[in-house]
Amino acid sequence: MSRNIGSTGGHGRTVGKLCLMVCGMFAFGFALVPLYDMFCEVTGLGGRTGDQYAYDPASMQKDSSRLVKVNFVTNTNDGMAWEFWAESGGVRVHPGEVKEVKFYVRNPTKQRMVGQAIPSVVPGRAAQYFHKTECFCFNNQVLEPGETLEMPMRFIVDPDLPKNVPTVSLSYALFDITEMAAGNMKSRAEG
Amino acid sequence: MSEVVVAHHDDHHDHGPDKGLARWLFTTNHKDIGTLYLWFSFTMFLIGGVMALIIRTELFQPGLQFIDPAFFNQMTTNHGLIMVFGAIMPAFVGLANWLVPMMVGAPDMALPRMNNLSFWILPFAFAMLISTLFMEGGGPNFGWTFYAPLSTTYAPDTVTYFIFGVHLMGASSIMGSINIIATILNMRAPGMTLMKMPLFVWTWLITAYLLLAVMPVLAGAVTMMLFDIHFGTSFFNAAGGGDPVMFQHIFWFFGHPEVYIMILPAFGIVSQIIPTFARKPLFGYDSMVYATASIAFLSFIVWAHHMFTVGMPLAGQLFFMYSTMLIAVPTGVKVFNWTATMWRGSMTFETPMLFAIAFVILFTIGGFSGLMLAITPVDYQYHDTYFVVAHFHYVLVPGALFSIIAAVYYWLPKWCGRMYDESLGKLHFWLSFIGVNVTFFPQHFSGLAGMPRRIPDYALQFADFNMVSSIGAFIFGFSQVFFLYVLIKTIRSGEPATDRVWEGAHGLEWTLPSPAPYHSFTTPPNVTDAEAHS
Repeated sequence: MSRNIGSTGGHGRTVGKLCLMVCGMFAFGFALVPLYDMFCEVTGLGGRTGDQYAYDPASMQKDSSRLVKVNFVTNTNDGMAWEFWAESGGVRVHPGEVKEVKFYVRNPTKQRMVGQAIPSVVPGRAAQYFHKTECFCFNNQVLEPGETLEMPMRFIVDPDLPKNVPTVSLSYALFDITEMAAGNMKSRAEG
Repeated sequence: MSEVVVAHHDDHHDHGPDKGLARWLFTTNHKDIGTLYLWFSFTMFLIGGVMALIIRTELFQPGLQFIDPAFFNQMTTNHGLIMVFGAIMPAFVGLANWLVPMMVGAPDMALPRMNNLSFWILPFAFAMLISTLFMEGGGPNFGWTFYAPLSTTYAPDTVTYFIFGVHLMGASSIMGSINIIATILNMRAPGMTLMKMPLFVWTWLITAYLLLAVMPVLAGAVTMMLFDIHFGTSFFNAAGGGDPVMFQHIFWFFGHPEVYIMILPAFGIVSQIIPTFARKPLFGYDSMVYATASIAFLSFIVWAHHMFTVGMPLAGQLFFMYSTMLIAVPTGVKVFNWTATMWRGSMTFETPMLFAIAFVILFTIGGFSGLMLAITPVDYQYHDTYFVVAHFHYVLVPGALFSIIAAVYYWLPKWCGRMYDESLGKLHFWLSFIGVNVTFFPQHFSGLAGMPRRIPDYALQFADFNMVSSIGAFIFGFSQVFFLYVLIKTIRSGEPATDRVWEGAHGLEWTLPSPAPYHSFTTPPNVTDAEAHS
């Protein structure tokens, strides 16, 4: 094995700086996760809706001059055995008025299961104008075999919703999180 | 410092390489490590090539004839991973090892022991990756882009091997890049200023910074996958509040700079070869440097053009469309400069020059199909079709790979002191050139007509294009086995090469004897205007 002719002594500073860059970019990779969340919440990218809305009737004027059609879509994710439906496929609301819609789930299996609904709004730019004061998606649901659960969802369409959005579709995907919940795993949805 | 160098020089009077296997295991010599990298990448290239031929055999006719769809998915995934991380990237690192110290007048790489480590973890990384193909449940089958949840919730159990393999490849690339940057910044011979460096050195300097910026992000992405799979986190799991689309953003934040990592050194190689055989200095040296830097910068702000169809606000689509199209400007500067270098030059067409000219033409075709894909509204039609396959194979095969082959023909006489057989080299070129076009050109048509990628079977109307494509693939594949024969013949029994090798060659590496001595430039060379860009 040959010894090195080039000395490595003079490279310490260069290598140090480059290693810092590597560590910084590794951290940046993880920082992308909260950054992406923030970006989605601000822009409504992916149709993500906000957390529970603090409704203040004084600050919100009902806009009786127009009606917005709100459609409801219910899906169960791949492998989720529950039945999941809304009381109606859609309602017409005035922006600024509080509306309640009932959703239902039934567990037809012979096991106790835990479900979690994930909401999404189309078009994405309407997401930040869609406020929920009460939603089953803020918590998970535990159903015994054969049990049916009625789940009210209350929402307000913000009067600031752009005029060129006549229709908003709210979709829920229902996931089976029995295993995750059994493992006592932390997830944002449970928190 | 100079005294130390002189003293060492005396110690090393008769000090050649060690004998036997120990030479290769423990070597810290940049030329040995360069050779190891190049042979390793050639081996991976043949393995990845066999996978490509398995894919093309299945696609020769519609219907399922030879392999089952699950294995087909493993073949497309591993073909991509092995060619990207095992063939193209290590080949460029091998060329950098051989050439950068000789081009800047340095005795070796800055960190020789780390150099040894960064090579020797690669065989372990790929042994881990390839061994999964023989395990229960099979190897990675989720595409080389390993989108979650395919690579998390629905992945085979062997995905953990894949994750650690990617970690090792990333570590190897990061160490190699630190080494290359330290060599270029700290070890240039007196008089070799940054703006006198050969373009291969310039492009590798920029590439190394790209690698340092994005390989850690890739490491982060696979680490998140590992946590989702084994530790119950929900980075990419919608049920737990994560988002699978976020995986695509993180992956392509790595992935787009990655595709330039595979092409910038190729630009450097072609910028060395064309002036030699046109017998003119490179046209627009400064603009080449700035264009390379611009492309590197732009590569960080265009990633979402890979995922227009996942849903994005209009402003986002417009931003990524326009920023992507902007890349055509610095790339156009480069193509213009290469053409202008050839303009009224005294051109001869030896094998390296043929590969370099084919690079310019065929890479430009790949660039144009890239521009078509950049247009958001039509991307909805092209997305995930064979048009995409044709596009990236045009930039990677007659692009990156042709530049590597050109570099091998160009510098091989300097490395081994023997000249390759010109007529065999030209035969290899024409077989490759015809093979590559017969393989990939029809894929543009089948893609525009709607044939999806990563599918083992297809509708009847695509049968003719696929048959042509498969025939081309076999021509191309076997002509690379012929390349191996040409290489071995040259190394064993080629005619002795002169020191300068090529009439029009300029650069410090050509001032060394052929073959280049085991230790070169132990005292810094005199950098003259004739040997450096001035």
